[in-house]
Amino acid sequence: MTEVDARSRPRPADGSDPGQAPSKVTIGKALNLGLRAAMERDPKVILMGEDIGRLGGVFRITDGLQKDFGEQRVLDTPLAESGIVGAAIGLAIRGYRPVCEIQFDGFIFPAFDQIVSQLAKLNYRSQGRIRMPVVIRVPFGGGIGAVEHHSESPESYFAHTAGLKVVACSNPVDAYWMIQQAIESDEPVLFFEPKRRYHEKAELDLTATPVPLHSSRVLRRGGTATIACYGPMVKTCLEAAESAAEQEGHDLEVIDLRTLSPLDLEPVHESVRRTGRLVVASEAPGESSIASEIAARVQQECFYSLEAPVVRVTGFDTPYPPSKLEEEYLPDLDRVLHAVEQSLGW
Amino acid sequence: MQLLTPEGERVAHPHFDIDITPDELRGLYRDMVLVRRADRESNALQRQGQLGIWVPLLGQEAAQIGAGRAMRPRDMAFPSYREHGVAWCRGIDPTELLGIFRGTDHGSWDPMATRFHPYTIVIGNQCLNAVGYAMGQRFDGRIGDGHDSADAEATVVFFGDGATSQGDVNEAFVWGAVYDAPVVFFCQNNQWAISEPMERQSRIPLYQRASGYGFPGIRVDGNDVLATLAVTRWALEECRSGNGPVLIEAFTYRMDAHTTSDDPSRYRLADELEAWKLKDPIERVKAYLHRQQWADGDYFAEVERESDALAARLREYCQRMPVPSADRMFSEVYANGSSAVSAQRDEFLTYLSQFEQTGGER
Repeated sequence: MTEVDARSRPRPADGSDPGQAPSKVTIGKALNLGLRAAMERDPKVILMGEDIGRLGGVFRITDGLQKDFGEQRVLDTPLAESGIVGAAIGLAIRGYRPVCEIQFDGFIFPAFDQIVSQLAKLNYRSQGRIRMPVVIRVPFGGGIGAVEHHSESPESYFAHTAGLKVVACSNPVDAYWMIQQAIESDEPVLFFEPKRRYHEKAELDLTATPVPLHSSRVLRRGGTATIACYGPMVKTCLEAAESAAEQEGHDLEVIDLRTLSPLDLEPVHESVRRTGRLVVASEAPGESSIASEIAARVQQECFYSLEAPVVRVTGFDTPYPPSKLEEEYLPDLDRVLHAVEQSLGW
Repeated sequence: MQLLTPEGERVAHPHFDIDITPDELRGLYRDMVLVRRADRESNALQRQGQLGIWVPLLGQEAAQIGAGRAMRPRDMAFPSYREHGVAWCRGIDPTELLGIFRGTDHGSWDPMATRFHPYTIVIGNQCLNAVGYAMGQRFDGRIGDGHDSADAEATVVFFGDGATSQGDVNEAFVWGAVYDAPVVFFCQNNQWAISEPMERQSRIPLYQRASGYGFPGIRVDGNDVLATLAVTRWALEECRSGNGPVLIEAFTYRMDAHTTSDDPSRYRLADELEAWKLKDPIERVKAYLHRQQWADGDYFAEVERESDALAARLREYCQRMPVPSADRMFSEVYANGSSAVSAQRDEFLTYLSQFEQTGGER
């Protein structure tokens, strides 16, 4: 795939140089810096995946890390996703903290068995004697004009599985901190990265104190209606909110869920109690999805505050289409605003 | 196993020799020149923004044409995503491959009519599917006694060196062996799985894996179309006569990038490419045709003209490929339809029509 950010070699990211001015980095670079920081902090952190070593990954997220940490900490693995996760489980039993890269969302399914049968359950089966500090990084979602199996949003399968934590970052700051928090966690974390947003830039303050991993965040305050979203849809929803403010005078609140399992819905409940309206936006098909779960919980928690049913704006309940149709498939700014109108028109 | 050296000299092999007529060899040459030209044109179309991505075939023409031409019409092929040469042999026009890479479809040919399964992108999945199909061929009595009859069949499944690490591929070897499936496992070892060299996948030569599963494995010079043709014909005969499966490792080289999104200069040396250029699959056939006086300058010029015309036709076709209509997205999700999906389609088309009515831009 495309170069993510080839500007320079990664700088030390341990926060030891607070004097340096905050600089703008991409999500891709922030992940690279976060991985580097985690590897510097803990020698048990190892990276595993296809093409992540010499090539630096097809998205260059691990660029330069094998060169600096060696082949025993950055493994160019055989082409076998079940192998990547299955072996990571064994390494974790042995005291390592593996960070697996699944090259594309649609390639995670050969590893599905290892993830749901072993990774998710070993802590439970061993009654806490075996911890699974494994992170599985997954570039997910569409919008890059790719062929089949390269644009999917499989997060709901994993949120549905007890024992797994599921998170999705949406910006460089979260990418940098969340990947480190996921690696520090003693629980298995499915870490979804919005691949079409890898180039998005933001200032990254390495000395900041991050918010907890499993917390959602209000990114934009507003009183007209609430939009809950995650991953690549966050940017779309923020743009929709700006557009609604300019064009319609609507004041939309936008919440980045960040954590999909467990969900952190307190900020959503608090918001909906003020706005009375909720739109949940996601690229994944809507049926039996994260969006469905949020709709169910919010109507239960906020029933008397709701002025309209929760509206979901999602990918359709079809396979991901050929890429010439993905602009139609993916919820865009107009479809988000249409969903807001539906809610307001109730 | 080799029958034609890189210098274009015929060598004999005690088990796998082949009688080839001048006409047949000219045909194999033409096949390879045309599929290479279609590949280069498609690669250029990607560079010009006409395709989202292209998966180059360059360097693997002999492996694919040899295997493809060894197959009979009734045989079934299960490709990965680089089998443009095999597609050619199955009668699929190069224009029919473009939709996958332009993003207008997931494969436009009829897999049942052509006996060429849709391209499979998830690595190795198709190997088990091919075994199941071959089991069906056996269950239907298409192998064994009377296998020379016109209705004898076998299956060929194509995959790469990287795929041999996948669980599905290893399970396919087990299943193929246990059910005596008439399947030829045709592995194109092009030395690189994106950035990872062969030693990241295996300690031993890949063809030797077969013995552990209990069927024959053979390595063939994948840049030698005669050798590939001879070995695949033999393997298919083995399968049709009930002695399958067979593993063929076609030893070849990916002369171009993994895809147009890949940059091989980051992980492999240019010297390696230069060494493999000397083993080019087409040049050796051309040299042999010359030496035998089986073809002259006029013939080569004619093939060249034909390939120019093919390239021009591909280019023109690509540029006028229509964007599919939005309702295509909702069709054939279920074999018997779905009222829920139909409702989503109707709702979405109504939503889209608002923009048409207002003339607004989405």
